[in-house]
Amino acid sequence: MNFTVNGKQVTIEALPGEMLSDLLRERLRLTGTKIGCNEAECGACTVLVDGEPVLSCTYPSAKAEGKSILTIEGLAKVSGDALHPLQQAFIEHGAVQCGYCIPGQIMTAYALLQHNPEPDSQEIRRALKDTLCRCAGYPTIERAILDAAQVARRGGRLRGPQVAEAGGSEKVVGKLRPRPDAVEKVTGAAMFTDDLHFPGMLHARVKRAGVPHAIVKRIDTSRARALPGVAAVLTAADIPGEHYHGLVIYDWPSLVGVGERVRYVGDAVAIVAAETRQIATQALELIEVDYELQPVVSNAVQALSPEAPQLHERGNLLKHIKVRKGDVQQGFEQSEIILEHTFHTPSTDHAFLEPECCIARPLLEASGAEKMRMEIYVGSQIPYADREQVARALGWPVERVRVIGQLMGGGFGGKEDIAGQVHAALLANATGRPVKLLFDRHESLVVHPKRHATQIRVKMGARRDGRLVAVETELFGDTGAYASLGEKVLTRATTHSSGPYEMPHAKADCYAMYTNNPPAGAFRGFGVTQSAFAIESMMDMLAHELNLDPVELRRRNALRVGSITNTGQELRESVGLMECIERVDAEMRRLAGGDPFAPRPAPGNPHKVRAWGFAAAYKNTGLGGGAPDKAGAEVELFANGELEVRTSSAELGQGLVTVLQLIVAEEMNVPPSQVRVLVMDTDLTPDGGPTTASRQTFVTGNAARHAAQALREAIATTLAEKYDLPPQQIRFVEGLAQVNGHSIPLGQVVQLMQAEGRQPRAAYEYWAPKTNPLGQGGDMHFAFSFAVQAAEVEVDRRSGEVRVLRVIAANDVGKAINPLGLQGQVEGGVMMGLGNALTEHFIVEEGRIFTDRLARYRIPSITQTPEIISFVVQHPVAAGPYGAKGVGEIVSIPTTPAITNAIYHATGVRIDRLPVDQEQIATALKSGVAGQVGGD
Amino acid sequence: MTIWQHYHLAKSIEDALQALAAAQGPARVIAGGTDLLLDLEQGRHSPVDTLVDVSAIPEMAELEQRADELFIGAAVPLRRVVQSELVGRHAAALQEAAGLIGGPQVRNTATLGGNVGHALPAADGAIALLALGAEAEIASLSGRRRAPMQALYSGPGRSALSHKEEILVGFYLPLRAEGEGSAFRRVMRPQGVAIAILNMGVWVQRRQETIQAARIAIGPAGPIPFRARAAEQLLAGRPYETALLPRVVEAILGEARFRTSPHRSSADYRRHMCGVLLEDTLNAAWERAALQHEMSR
Repeated sequence: MNFTVNGKQVTIEALPGEMLSDLLRERLRLTGTKIGCNEAECGACTVLVDGEPVLSCTYPSAKAEGKSILTIEGLAKVSGDALHPLQQAFIEHGAVQCGYCIPGQIMTAYALLQHNPEPDSQEIRRALKDTLCRCAGYPTIERAILDAAQVARRGGRLRGPQVAEAGGSEKVVGKLRPRPDAVEKVTGAAMFTDDLHFPGMLHARVKRAGVPHAIVKRIDTSRARALPGVAAVLTAADIPGEHYHGLVIYDWPSLVGVGERVRYVGDAVAIVAAETRQIATQALELIEVDYELQPVVSNAVQALSPEAPQLHERGNLLKHIKVRKGDVQQGFEQSEIILEHTFHTPSTDHAFLEPECCIARPLLEASGAEKMRMEIYVGSQIPYADREQVARALGWPVERVRVIGQLMGGGFGGKEDIAGQVHAALLANATGRPVKLLFDRHESLVVHPKRHATQIRVKMGARRDGRLVAVETELFGDTGAYASLGEKVLTRATTHSSGPYEMPHAKADCYAMYTNNPPAGAFRGFGVTQSAFAIESMMDMLAHELNLDPVELRRRNALRVGSITNTGQELRESVGLMECIERVDAEMRRLAGGDPFAPRPAPGNPHKVRAWGFAAAYKNTGLGGGAPDKAGAEVELFANGELEVRTSSAELGQGLVTVLQLIVAEEMNVPPSQVRVLVMDTDLTPDGGPTTASRQTFVTGNAARHAAQALREAIATTLAEKYDLPPQQIRFVEGLAQVNGHSIPLGQVVQLMQAEGRQPRAAYEYWAPKTNPLGQGGDMHFAFSFAVQAAEVEVDRRSGEVRVLRVIAANDVGKAINPLGLQGQVEGGVMMGLGNALTEHFIVEEGRIFTDRLARYRIPSITQTPEIISFVVQHPVAAGPYGAKGVGEIVSIPTTPAITNAIYHATGVRIDRLPVDQEQIATALKSGVAGQVGGD
Repeated sequence: MTIWQHYHLAKSIEDALQALAAAQGPARVIAGGTDLLLDLEQGRHSPVDTLVDVSAIPEMAELEQRADELFIGAAVPLRRVVQSELVGRHAAALQEAAGLIGGPQVRNTATLGGNVGHALPAADGAIALLALGAEAEIASLSGRRRAPMQALYSGPGRSALSHKEEILVGFYLPLRAEGEGSAFRRVMRPQGVAIAILNMGVWVQRRQETIQAARIAIGPAGPIPFRARAAEQLLAGRPYETALLPRVVEAILGEARFRTSPHRSSADYRRHMCGVLLEDTLNAAWERAALQHEMSR
């Protein structure tokens, strides 16, 4: 058949079963078109066919006959410039984060502008309805398209982003700076793991148990092995090294062997490598496994009962976590009002748009020695942990494994655990060939750890004036089949379960339980998302009972400098909670006037009612709890005057690369464009630790800052010696070293340093301030971020449907090092919180997953995006770089309770189980159970 | 393991019918494929050997007035249905429904023929067509025939057409006459599959303040798209007033079979929303009927 792609004539025969995306990506190697779901849900694969956007993942390639196809790679050419205005606008506005959805966003937007050169916001939202972005930069995407449209119509320049700089004396830190990887992400040149191809590469697939709890009685792989094209079929018996992996506890079997226990449907029993993915898939069906089914443990409460089947040798209790402050019994006796309520939150999925992919590539060492090395190409949040776990499985020293981190299409905590890394390495080791293991969306949903489902009981005692006296919480957390980071996540849920408030008496008990559900681990918010929903709902219930303004109640109890937290930590600095409360409250009352919490009819619709809701939160920065928290970074100067900063810390779209670039540029006083950033390579970059706990700006930011300072001093020393001056007299200005009135380009110093036997680079290992384990009092964390959000909702009183109209957010981040990236975090955080409240529900029934397709697991779309008004509050923390603390999680935590509190104010229906069920609202309103709002 | 072996891009209806008949193994007609391909990939549809693509057949891509009817080819992409001025004028309910199916990318390939052929009882396009009194044209090697909408279904997800012998060519809709109007509404939930919890298409014929005749289609309210005939009869010939609505809802509830779908909706919620949708949809259709009435005067 004949067709054109990006203006070029192509003659090629369509293959049976081939989709247009397969043809473009696999045979024409146009990998700018991405596959997010392969089920026509996410829009990442959008290309234009005869000018109209279509989903190439479900468009048979045979239909391309005679058609003209435009992909992201051809867009710039169409405009005749280096970049199309849309591409330029996406870069400048900061609409590009992880970048995985961006080709689809831009192509869809381009088609819109072809038909409608002057779209308004509504038209943009209609056009982009099904083009999903999980970083959820929807408001910025919309602004970028509006800006690009006016340039496309009138020419001239983009208006650019309307984002405030951080202020302060720094030259580049706190200023607006596009991401260093933005250009490649808007042109389709950016390579993610699945875009890589190596000669001789095999394709792997994994045989999953498909049963939630069983003993494996027999595995027969002989028929699969005999299938032509199959290179290897491995089972547990073939693992040369350790059989178990894990991040804290090694309890997760890489493969479940005969006689061993299957603990969830995603457990692996065999792995296959074959010449094609199709053959590998076919081989899976030829593998025979016999199971002896076992009774299923399906939730955390059941798991704790003595009759429950025991899933691990140590039992079902992963950890009983305790927080104690004062004496709650005494506190309740002193209370004038006591409330008690139980809340439920479901499991949810990260739904990063790039499904997991890993390539393991065996290499003979350059010396010609017998010992092979293994390269692992993967988008991982913890490259050094991957290296260790792969090496353990192979039975090798870690030095023989090199993890080469790739661009990551989102992570959100879901790419911390091992996905395909161990399996790909085992197969590459067995075959001596590179092996790619790609999860499809179905496998991604089934296998990787989720957000913990919880049951949280809150008992709260207060005085009539609203002062909290005692808070007691009891949490059950479902960590699923394996520990992953369950203990850490649920510790955070527990320590944060009495909210960002001070009270004399607090007691919390959490039972972190193993079940036969998919493992639960890290997910943005790290347990605090769940407990914040419970405590912030409870605060509103208390305000209602006391007839107090919900904002005033929070003011009276808010943590401030000098407060003692429930774990016994005195907050000595950087507590911006009160300012967040005041900023949001003022804006909310400016917009709502009068009483924002009173229900108001929606204009023009007698059935719809509106109201605001309010919620506060805090979240630790860094690992805390006594864990050593350190990061390494290295900065090198090159002869061309460029600098490179290196660390293994992960870039998953959140913007660490920009942060590091700005920090090094600031310290070296060079333009940011002169600083390259290399991350996530265990051979080339020092260990930055896990990218989790909102810690990288703080720890790796500090490491990069210190490394840059050390390099600057080394340069100054070199020049001081050469010119015989005190080093303090050497100044660094705009990429030049100024010595005695002479300006020396920094690049020239490289030679000087080398001539003296100095390396033009400096490394620094930064150790964050020491913390104490839970239970010992003192500093459990070295910093906390604070946030307040108010949400305005509109509820249809007949159908119970909920829309979020506006969200006001204030985040105390210490210092906004990268304001453009911060904007993306704030908007994306709000949207993820909105999804957590309204759309997301990972459903597991008796250990079997119902939501095993993206079609059944909905994440928010641009059409659900409220107006988001953001205030950046900066209460610096002394040890943070330029005062900065964590950002990534706090931005998302208050959204859910702000929305559910608003629903209560609008309708009188209290949501105590997520996600919000419109049917429950409608039923309650119809039956008259709720609805008498604001009356008492 | 490939989900098809042969893909035939048909040039004409004759060509497509012959390709279907000549196929060695199981064969299916495909247009946009937005449902069928996913059903095949995810194992909900038995494997096929041959797909016969009808989307490039000129006759099936026509959208035009034919005598006193509106013809919409079964392979017309939904985007064209949404944008068509003819559809807007004569079949507002269908325009509204088509605009709610999928997203913009899907509507560039998905078709009305597919929406009906997939045979879901709550397919938005099918419910609108049913309310509008559409008829389908079906081609086989022995000739053409016309059939009313409900005759195209044998059960949920089961088309009454013979897969290897028949092709849905298109739909004939009566042109809108003076005093007529139609509307489509649905209720969704933000979690889970993007299929309506309940949808409704209403067509009314109005004279001054009286409903002369009405058609009400609802999904899912049974194994196939449902016509609320008792309710329609109740409305016919009566002055339109809100006080009438509870009795109309009662009539619908007497005939319709609302079920509980796990993780989507209880039967009770569907019954409740039936009243809500009826009020909104009937009002919208009624207003439109008046608009044209005014215009023609």
